[in-house]
Amino acid sequence: TRPLLEIYSASGLLLASLPWKSGQLVQLGWTASEDLLCIQEDGTVLVYNLFCEFKRHFSMGNEVLQNHVLEAKVFHTEYGTGVAILTGAHRVSLATNIEDLKLRRMPEVPGLQKPPSCWAVLSQDRVTIVLLAVGQDLYLLDNTSCSLVTPPGMSPSAGAYLQMAVSFNHRCLALFTDTGYIWMGLATLKEKLCEFTSSIRSPPRQMVWCMRPRSRQRAVVVAWDRQLMVAGNSSECIQFVLDEDSLLVPELDGVRILSRSSHEFLQEIPEPSQEIFRIASMAPGALLLEAQKEYEKESQKADEYLREIKEQKLLPEAVRQCIEAAGYEHEPDTQKSLLRAASFGKCFLDKFPPESFVRMCQDLRVLNAIRDYQIGVPLTFTQYPPWDPGGVGWPQQQTWGGSAWGWGLCWDLPAPSLPPQVQQKDKSDEEVAQAINQKLGDTPGISYSEIAARAYDCGRTELAIKLLEYEPRSGEQVPLLLKMKRSKLALSKAIESGDTDLVYTVVLHLKNELTRGTFFMTLQNQPVALSLYRQFCKHQERETLKDLYNQDDNHQELGNFHVHSSYSEKRIEGRVGALQNALDEFYKAKNEFAAKATEDQIKLLRLQRHLQEDLNRPYLDLSLHDTVSNLILEGHHKRAEQLYRDFKIPDKRYWWLKISALATRGDWEEMEKFSRSKKSPIGYWPFVEISVKHHNRYEAKKYAPRVPPEQRV
Amino acid sequence: MAAHLSSGRVNLTALREAGRRELREFLDKCAGSKAIVWDEYLTGPFGLIAQYSLLKEHEVEKMFTLKPGRLPPADVKNVIFFVRPKLELMDIITDNVLREDRGRSPQRDFHILFVPRRSLLCEQWLKEQGVLGSFIHREQYSLDLIPFDGDLLSMESESAFKECYLESDQTSLYHAAKGLMTLQALYGTIPQIFGKGECARHVANMMIRMKREFPGSQNSIFPVFDTLLLLDRNVDLLTPLATQLTYEGLIDEIYGIQNTYVKLPPEKFAPKKQGEGGKDLPTEPKKLQLNSAEELYAEIRDKNFNAVGSVLSKKAKIISAAFEERHHAKTVGEIKQFVSQLPHMQAARSSLANHTSIAELIKDITTSEDFFDNLTVEQEFMSGIDTDKVNNYIEDCIAQKHPLIKILRLVCLQSVCNSGLKQKVLDHYKREILQTYGYEHILTLNNLEKAGLLKPQTSGRNNYPTIRKTLRLWMDDVNEQNPNDISYVYSGYAPLSVRLAQLLARPGWRSIEEVLKMLPGPHFEERQQLPTGLQKKRQQGENRVTLVFFLGGVTYAEIAALRFLSQMEDGGTEYVIATTKLINGTTWIKSLMEKLEPAPF
Repeated sequence: TRPLLEIYSASGLLLASLPWKSGQLVQLGWTASEDLLCIQEDGTVLVYNLFCEFKRHFSMGNEVLQNHVLEAKVFHTEYGTGVAILTGAHRVSLATNIEDLKLRRMPEVPGLQKPPSCWAVLSQDRVTIVLLAVGQDLYLLDNTSCSLVTPPGMSPSAGAYLQMAVSFNHRCLALFTDTGYIWMGLATLKEKLCEFTSSIRSPPRQMVWCMRPRSRQRAVVVAWDRQLMVAGNSSECIQFVLDEDSLLVPELDGVRILSRSSHEFLQEIPEPSQEIFRIASMAPGALLLEAQKEYEKESQKADEYLREIKEQKLLPEAVRQCIEAAGYEHEPDTQKSLLRAASFGKCFLDKFPPESFVRMCQDLRVLNAIRDYQIGVPLTFTQYPPWDPGGVGWPQQQTWGGSAWGWGLCWDLPAPSLPPQVQQKDKSDEEVAQAINQKLGDTPGISYSEIAARAYDCGRTELAIKLLEYEPRSGEQVPLLLKMKRSKLALSKAIESGDTDLVYTVVLHLKNELTRGTFFMTLQNQPVALSLYRQFCKHQERETLKDLYNQDDNHQELGNFHVHSSYSEKRIEGRVGALQNALDEFYKAKNEFAAKATEDQIKLLRLQRHLQEDLNRPYLDLSLHDTVSNLILEGHHKRAEQLYRDFKIPDKRYWWLKISALATRGDWEEMEKFSRSKKSPIGYWPFVEISVKHHNRYEAKKYAPRVPPEQRV
Repeated sequence: MAAHLSSGRVNLTALREAGRRELREFLDKCAGSKAIVWDEYLTGPFGLIAQYSLLKEHEVEKMFTLKPGRLPPADVKNVIFFVRPKLELMDIITDNVLREDRGRSPQRDFHILFVPRRSLLCEQWLKEQGVLGSFIHREQYSLDLIPFDGDLLSMESESAFKECYLESDQTSLYHAAKGLMTLQALYGTIPQIFGKGECARHVANMMIRMKREFPGSQNSIFPVFDTLLLLDRNVDLLTPLATQLTYEGLIDEIYGIQNTYVKLPPEKFAPKKQGEGGKDLPTEPKKLQLNSAEELYAEIRDKNFNAVGSVLSKKAKIISAAFEERHHAKTVGEIKQFVSQLPHMQAARSSLANHTSIAELIKDITTSEDFFDNLTVEQEFMSGIDTDKVNNYIEDCIAQKHPLIKILRLVCLQSVCNSGLKQKVLDHYKREILQTYGYEHILTLNNLEKAGLLKPQTSGRNNYPTIRKTLRLWMDDVNEQNPNDISYVYSGYAPLSVRLAQLLARPGWRSIEEVLKMLPGPHFEERQQLPTGLQKKRQQGENRVTLVFFLGGVTYAEIAALRFLSQMEDGGTEYVIATTKLINGTTWIKSLMEKLEPAPF
């Protein structure tokens, strides 16, 4: 029977399997992007995805073909995932990044006749080096040379090296010798941290580091067939019994212990948890937790505990401790009781910023959800991305079977989403999008834009667009669509949202992206965007406004545009010119009234210029009414009369105008003459009124008899 | 201090508190001493949220008005710009920042607070000018709906009507929808939404959309509002054009109320001392705050002005009687009690004195012949008399060059009451206006036509009489002293908008389907699902609460009419009013006018 390749989730669910038809395998390993590397004896590396689907293969060089691969290691640095092999000729070759394959053959170790007892790949100052042990000798291989090294403080009687371990962050190194001596120090080999002598001297199956970021407690975990030992800076060690064959996987903040039937996690207990749960702890967090419990029992002890914390002014600290400790707990019940305590403590604080509490609740929801065995992504809080972006957190995910990255978690919102489908290539985009939507529905907090962004990163633009359809928040859709260069779609999404700022943003983006012609055409089909762009132009680029109206043959607006511009002309010829343009447009718009009015306006302007020159008085820019009125005030009755006729001023209005002006001028004689020129179209009451207004009762009396009796008061 | 906000059915103090909290949080982000540079338009609205003392508590030491040039020297750590997201303002800010003296030490930190919304556009703009990096904090302050009184909210967005109906720029509607979401976050989901008009439809759509955007945030607050009624201003263009005849409405028409403050001519408020014969008259206008915190004002603000006098004289009698009490106070106990009431009585007396003076000022105007003539014409139009021909009074007013806005109000009113004017009549008015006030007003007239305020009668049919009769917009038997109908606020005319609200509550819009179809825009109803636990079980006799949102502005008379409906004994509905802007015919028309300043030749 053929061997089977099976891929399981971290909770032991079979994800996929494949009958193995290729060559003899030497080593399996995961890449940082969740691909499975199967390293064969002949130096060929086959790459599969999480679903046992073959992706590609590459070779570790021709030299291997004759010599075969004795051992291989998959390692991770800031450059990505690398592969190192030890050939039958006892030479090491490595590629630092399998995505950008550059094979490096490491220098030869002089006089090496048999395979080294152990070796490891180290990354120091962005250089990848190999440490290799032969009996009691330790060699360091870098790009060019091979040098013999001695770790500082190494006991001369330590014996031959059996096993070595590099820490997760490449900073620490541990060496195990055949006398049971363990040397622990910096990977630079410049400093020893501590040492330990084990009572078991047989070669361990595995040795790995167990430590957490920023902790001073460092320890190594050594595994034999049925024995597990934790040794660190202490003469004592901790021992466990292993029931089954187990595999140790070092991670950012601890060690996973995987066996056929179990998956355990070994770690140093985080500080806040220690503070709170240590027996008889008097730490503020511990007291607060106690206070909250008593409060629930309605006991007055709650107050005593609380008082004790408050007297030391440690309540904010207590709340912080409880929130932080909740993060490290895996049991929802314990998490809840800690958060309840934090929330209880918060009630007695004036200004405790709520963000950390809210964030923790959200994070725990995500963590608890993904830790569910059906999903099987048992991340610890420290490994959870938002907590430690960048930093040392880069490769933690590859170290165990089915893992987090590939699941495309939506980190920013309190819910997980599961789109392995994103990577399924055989289904149509529509189907995949629907499948994902069916699975997730409208679950609160699901960020479809995040999933879409992931799909886009995988090169599935169409799928990303389909997925974005499910995203209810346009604010989220638009930036991604712009990034994907789907600006027109972005525009309609922005319009749908009603957020005009978003529309403006897309419009100005389009303006830079498209040629002027296409840009205008695009706007043509989006009236909302068009009117907003017009607003923009009105304030920022008036000339473009003209082009926009021109394109629509909107002659009315063009006319208005020219009227508007005419007022910023500094010379009268300029004003008349602009008005002439307006006049033409008004005619084209079949707006007879506006055309006639503009014609009159031009006529008036020209006339005013003459008046200004002839009479040496300011006339320009007065209204027709004021022009005539001023002429009368200055006694140019003939000219006033001329305007009255030229502009067809209605009689009634002319009479009102003339008597007001005459009264203001105090020209009562002229007024009386005027009143007798013909029958007044406004009657004679206005004559009385205007005389009274100018305190001339004598004149008023003159007209009184001509007012019909019913108007007399 | 905020008593006026909590007096109503809905406690709006919570909204103001939320606003203050947000402001404090922002100010605390910029540690150290601060100077605020104000977009001048914002100072009024901000005053309703937070006094200077609050800013001072948070280390605001200086305040400047935003203008181009170098910022005034002020020895502060932070300079914060409080601005609306407008590109013109960004240019000024850019200028300020670029001219900042780089050599000064210590350097001042810059921040921007966008009101009410942070804008990508503005930030992009600042980025292109190369100054975006100068700002440490760029945040938004969602001041959408500002509480003006216990039952009144306004966005104070001056140009909202113009933007929506003239320029198809629906930015203010987006803010309105956001404001309503904030309101719902504080006062619970509003289960029923009714609306009339395009803008109303748009706002409702956005609200539904926004709700879907945050499906997780299931609102667990017991709903305070039962119904939201969204009304487009262009459904009722008539009401703001008519002269308001309530006390508050007249104060606004004549003196203009801004952010609850009014400035009055000082003469009437001179302290009366005998023998001084009015020599040292104060020259500064008298500034008064008008809101329901003042007991007397709350009582008279919504009355028809003709009913105010009798209340004032009654009050005067009560107050002087109260002061007379002192003669009857014999025992020490009695005197003590009298003294303890003194501050209240003195406040009441000065309030009475103020309003008596205001009433006198108004009376001088309302008794003038011109006011009377103007009102007569308005009322003729509204009751449907001679709306189809050129009106003599309007012609005479133009001939005498009365203020242009007055003319425009009248002509628009006539146009609206006639469903548009005959082309000949319209052209005549337009020509008269252009010849008298200047040809530059052709653009203003064009705007009024675009907004539908002034238009030629196209269909040849005048719908207004049908609308007037069906909705009973004109009531001949109006009772100004003891009103029994909302028509008292315009002494005969019942505001159409408020009639719609009234009919919605009882018997429902189904009874007026035909008329609704004659008014512009769709009418609609939406329901927002509530979790079962939050569904209301109404107590016997408990009133419903309806929020009426006027998109494009509301007048004080309309508010008065809604308050009248709230107080009706068998009304069954109480109203809270929200709007984009508090308007009157004058400010409204002004916002639609094109300001053309000729360049000097």
